[in-house]
Amino acid sequence: MTRRASIGVAVLLVIACLLLPFVVSNYRTFQFTLVLVYAIALLGLNILTGYNGQISLGHGAFYAIGAYTAAVLMDRLGAPYWATVPAAGAVCLVAGFLFGLPALRLEGLYLALATFALGVSMPQLLKYHHLEKWTGGVQGIVIAKPEPPAFLHEAGLRMNSDQWLYFFALTVAAVMFVLGWNLLRGRVGRALIAIRDQHIAAEAMGINSALYKSLAFGVSAMYTGVAGALGAIAVQYVAPDSFTIFLSLVFLVGIVVGGLASISGALYGALFIQFVPNVADEISKAAPWAIFGLFLIGFVYLMPTGVAGAVRMLLVRFTRKGAK
Amino acid sequence: MKSKLVPIAALLAAALASPATLAQKKYDPGASDTEIRIGNTNPYSGPASAYGTIGKTITAYFKMVDDQGGINGRKINFISYDDAYSPPKTVEMVRKLVEQDNVLFVFQTLGTPSNTAIHKYMNMKKVPQLHVATGASKWNDPKNFPWTMGWQPNYQTEARIYAKSILQTKPDVKIGVLYQNDDYGKDYLKGLKDGLGDKAAKAIVAEVSYEVSDPTVDSQIVQLQASGANVFFNVGTPKFAAQAIRKAYDIGWKPVQYLNNVSSSIGAVLTPAGLEKSVGIITTAYLKDYSDSQWANDPAVKRWESFMKKYYPTGDLNDSSNMYGYTVARTLEQVLKQCGDNLTRENVMKQAASMKGQYIDTLLPGITITTSDNDYAPIESVQMQRFNGKRWERFGEVMGN
Repeated sequence: MTRRASIGVAVLLVIACLLLPFVVSNYRTFQFTLVLVYAIALLGLNILTGYNGQISLGHGAFYAIGAYTAAVLMDRLGAPYWATVPAAGAVCLVAGFLFGLPALRLEGLYLALATFALGVSMPQLLKYHHLEKWTGGVQGIVIAKPEPPAFLHEAGLRMNSDQWLYFFALTVAAVMFVLGWNLLRGRVGRALIAIRDQHIAAEAMGINSALYKSLAFGVSAMYTGVAGALGAIAVQYVAPDSFTIFLSLVFLVGIVVGGLASISGALYGALFIQFVPNVADEISKAAPWAIFGLFLIGFVYLMPTGVAGAVRMLLVRFTRKGAK
Repeated sequence: MKSKLVPIAALLAAALASPATLAQKKYDPGASDTEIRIGNTNPYSGPASAYGTIGKTITAYFKMVDDQGGINGRKINFISYDDAYSPPKTVEMVRKLVEQDNVLFVFQTLGTPSNTAIHKYMNMKKVPQLHVATGASKWNDPKNFPWTMGWQPNYQTEARIYAKSILQTKPDVKIGVLYQNDDYGKDYLKGLKDGLGDKAAKAIVAEVSYEVSDPTVDSQIVQLQASGANVFFNVGTPKFAAQAIRKAYDIGWKPVQYLNNVSSSIGAVLTPAGLEKSVGIITTAYLKDYSDSQWANDPAVKRWESFMKKYYPTGDLNDSSNMYGYTVARTLEQVLKQCGDNLTRENVMKQAASMKGQYIDTLLPGITITTSDNDYAPIESVQMQRFNGKRWERFGEVMGN
């Protein structure tokens, strides 16, 4: 595709994103807000797993930490909702970095098991009774819905809280994606990929493998934590049952279906994990996850490099034809 | 353009033709002359999927109602989605039901966390959240949440009844509690402590919990025996309750056993545990138990059985959740009958809150449904019963809080 054409597509996409909440119902707007939330989380996991080759089966735990950070800050300390998002990111950056340090010694499947342990224990840790006065225990925390800010109203822009939340999530997602793109296309991204592909060679070239790996863990957790905070604000409720190990597995499914080591893949993956379970539920009440499984096998079989890979291949074929 | 005008023309014609009937009939979204749309979420998958059978029973029940001509001539369109017991999913699905499927109200959404997640939303939208499937006590709060109503007796009330009974029968009591580590288990524990009052700290000698994902509760039972407890309060769901009863018997621990009502089914709990191992267990009940021989010839239970065989043949007759689903669906049927042609959300809530001693024949004799503007707890009484090796023997009065 020529440069002009790709800019055209990008502009169209931005316009579509901006118009979306005014075209579809509030319920759909809410769903697309969740898509944006998942996309941020998937981008985070992709930095770790796709680019750096470290498999995590426990990213739901960081999502939970982000969500609870936001909820506790709003509920107990009366923090404004927008301030909780960077706070959740910071908390998760530290948590991820600290978890990444010991995890350095673990490779491949052993790391997967360690992160699995984190993911599987998180709901129970959230129920821990000494933390109850903060976390609300099994009852969770109910959060008030953010209203659109007053200056928008004064400027004559009328929108309801669902639409506002969508734009808030869209802004955060845009910032996170630009940051991610900057990070991954440059020196850091190349270092991460080098470690993934051949870590001995990477170290021989002077890359501090230990530092980069724990940084990747921290940054990845930060992304997921930001997503968790946004998700909590959108759903207006956090409870331990929201963050079971299944969430972590769904994230992994999302990045593989969307496309490993691909930034746009996070968005495709988010669309998949948001909408395909609903489609499956509509096809069969008796065995929705069996239908979901069929979809999954279909996707993996037809698009072995994820949706992002398939789109890339189609584009290449399309432009080649154009060149002839 | 033309096709859009047709219904408007039809409406106008209808309005001109029959002004009197239009004045009587009042509808909110989800209700019409031919249909009442009702929304629901249930855990058809995920950790609590055993409860999904309640949603299936209710779906089957309204299928039967429709086959028999519906309620006041209107078909029931019962739309039930899977939320996998995950609160964010419940929020999404309930928003779909309210905003896209335009249901008149939601009914029997299952689970305390799931219902907590939509509690504010429903009340802000002023859409009834009717007869929720959880035993938490917070659903009876008509002042702050006038659009939410529970149905079953709440766990804390039940536990307080046990506490009263324990204090009456055993002066030097030492209680060991086994509970599921979630809202349901903790509600029972709280009720027990409240009921024991200032004696709680001394009376409860051991509290052990288990997780839904645990394979067995064997080690917990050994721990309780070691604590020297002479009363065992068993707050487990059917599978775990049965394991606990069997294990206690097998290791020779012989306390007085109180079993929570959730697991009082003979077929699903006592039979797998061993009937001879269950003799003497005390519980409370408000529903008739199909697997209890005293109801073998009861006409109401017979009717339920033939309903199950025709409309939900894959459902387990021994699973008390199916009796529960049937009974709550019949409660709703009664509410909708009372609504008549005034199918507004306000009237649905009003009728649900004006049941005066309504008896549904699958409830135990003497247990009735009473609600009012400031009482949003439909079933408040239970009866104590003791297992004699074959069936439950009811004793004492029907008790409320």
